[in-house]
Amino acid sequence: MNPLDALFQRLRAEKRAALMPFLTAGDPDLAFTQQLLPRMAAAGADLFEIGFPFSDPIADGPVIQASYTRALRHGLKLADIFRSLHEVHQTWKAKPTPLVAMASYSLIYRMGATAFIEAAQNAGLCGAVLPDLPVEEANEFASVAQERNFHPILLVTPTTSPARAEKVVKVCRGFVYVVSVVGITGTREALPAALREQIARLRTLTDLPLCVGFGVSTPDHVRELQTIADGVIVGSALVKHLENASSDRTAALTAVCQLVKELRAALG
Amino acid sequence: MNSTLPTAISAVPDARGRFGPYGGRFVPETLMFALEQLDTAYRAARSDPAFVAQFQRLLADYVGRPSRLYLAERLTREAGGARIYLKREDLNHTGAHKINNALGQALITLRMGKRRVIAETGAGMHGVATATAAALFGLECRVYMGNEDVRRQALNVFRMRAMGAEVFPVESGSRTLKDATNEAMRDWMSSVETTHYIIGSVVGPHPFPMMVRDFQSCIGQETKQQCLQQLGKLPDVIVACVGGGSNAAGMFYPFVDEPSVELVGVEAGGRGPRPGDHAATLNNGRPGVLHGSFSYVLQDDDGQTADVHSVSAGLDYPGVGPEHSYWHDLHRVRYCSVSDREALDAFHLCGRLEGILPALETAHALVEALRIAATRSPDDVVVVCFSGRGDKDCAEVARLTAQNSL
Repeated sequence: MNPLDALFQRLRAEKRAALMPFLTAGDPDLAFTQQLLPRMAAAGADLFEIGFPFSDPIADGPVIQASYTRALRHGLKLADIFRSLHEVHQTWKAKPTPLVAMASYSLIYRMGATAFIEAAQNAGLCGAVLPDLPVEEANEFASVAQERNFHPILLVTPTTSPARAEKVVKVCRGFVYVVSVVGITGTREALPAALREQIARLRTLTDLPLCVGFGVSTPDHVRELQTIADGVIVGSALVKHLENASSDRTAALTAVCQLVKELRAALG
Repeated sequence: MNSTLPTAISAVPDARGRFGPYGGRFVPETLMFALEQLDTAYRAARSDPAFVAQFQRLLADYVGRPSRLYLAERLTREAGGARIYLKREDLNHTGAHKINNALGQALITLRMGKRRVIAETGAGMHGVATATAAALFGLECRVYMGNEDVRRQALNVFRMRAMGAEVFPVESGSRTLKDATNEAMRDWMSSVETTHYIIGSVVGPHPFPMMVRDFQSCIGQETKQQCLQQLGKLPDVIVACVGGGSNAAGMFYPFVDEPSVELVGVEAGGRGPRPGDHAATLNNGRPGVLHGSFSYVLQDDDGQTADVHSVSAGLDYPGVGPEHSYWHDLHRVRYCSVSDREALDAFHLCGRLEGILPALETAHALVEALRIAATRSPDDVVVVCFSGRGDKDCAEVARLTAQNSL
């Protein structure tokens, strides 16, 4: 069984939503990412979305874009990311925290879908969020992924028509990434009112867990979302604490773990 | 029907927006409904006689089309071979071919009931064209421009602002056209329900490469007619510069099914062939995904976009339109490159011999046209797509000449 499925099965039984922090690999370097992941898991992360830095992200706001730029500044390569995730995964043998990649299709195409999935699985990743691959273009990746029990995860947004949503959820495995807002990643004051209806509509189309991201940043957001979603994805609010990590690692680590604890506490 | 009949090269894209393997849509899900809406609106407009008539009227009365096909006698003498004709897109209102597309897309914006437009710009000509169209139709307008280009193209920044557009300097990445495009896409991600993104070249997700090509095809259609009328034959060679490739696509498209006409695209060779020193995507790149489309790109082994350089802000781009990739693979168009130094020399030469200052983008095409003309007989005709005027580049050329930094 894919670890993602095992996780959501367990959380459903516990009637609790999953906390999924987003973390950029290699910001400011991979040694720090390796240090951060187990600490965040201990602080309450149920699974991780690992951002693969890309030079030209379109769906990301200024915080994550800046994080990608910091990570790429020293010539970070995909092979290095896979290697260091593999090392982290080795230390987690007893109870591994599931990892999913978030990678632009520009990177995946260059490497090739099969090679990317193989490398990702070797590194301990159990799925990939594809932020810029529409369902119409996702067939090749999805079929290779499904053969290997690697979960392709596409996004549904407020602008997705019901007909499109039906196609998207059919391709997804593991969970469906529900984008809460029309826009890019980044913190928001409040979550949109229409989100509840959006999720209710999706429930009629799929039994897959629904995880909400984009704009989710505070314990209040998380409290609100846990009543309707199976998971919450928090990115920019955490990544913002990495801005000065290169000069003060301890402070960044403490701040990130503190927020993870608060978010986890909000989930009850 | 005989199924072995060759398909016309012009019979692209297919319904998925593919030019052979190239093109398609590689964008966040948030934008998909807008691309579907745009595709529907554009297809309806294209077959609506009222829309076509309105567009044609604007091209004639506002832009000043048809643009002239001009025999450059002194450049011809300089090359000492084939006759060189200039298709004078520089004489259009706003000084470049970009206005053709900006007006077309502004009309589509109105049809979709949207009141705000955004655009990316490199040299600033597309930004100016979009600001112009926005002023004409009373649309709110924001133009994203890399900070490096804001510096290089101060005149165009002033023009945009004078027409009521907001110019938004982009600080991220290399602060050039690629980064302006990222920023415009991000704006669109948030504003897509009320805003149309007027992409300025034959790049981006379907239907942009097709739609921009169509709006620019007046260049090639007029050239065809003018050659037949003025010369009694089709041209032998046509040369155009290629960044994203909109002037070249508009010029070449009506000729791709005419095998007697040799088509040559000129990319920015910059300082040389080393990575980071040029923007010659088809010459040095390989297929990949950038800005919503599958096409040749300049990337590293991981798929990270490579740094590019060109003296010409309009060619300073690591991608190229998917239809150019298709023509490149079919060997229908030959793509070569020209260096910064050669383009600057052509800028001065054209000024001195013809009294016409070309845009630095256009100067790239001139270099190759002169080279080709020199090897041909006076019976042959070489047409250069004279995509824009050089006023915007004067300050930068003066600075480079003073520095002698090349």
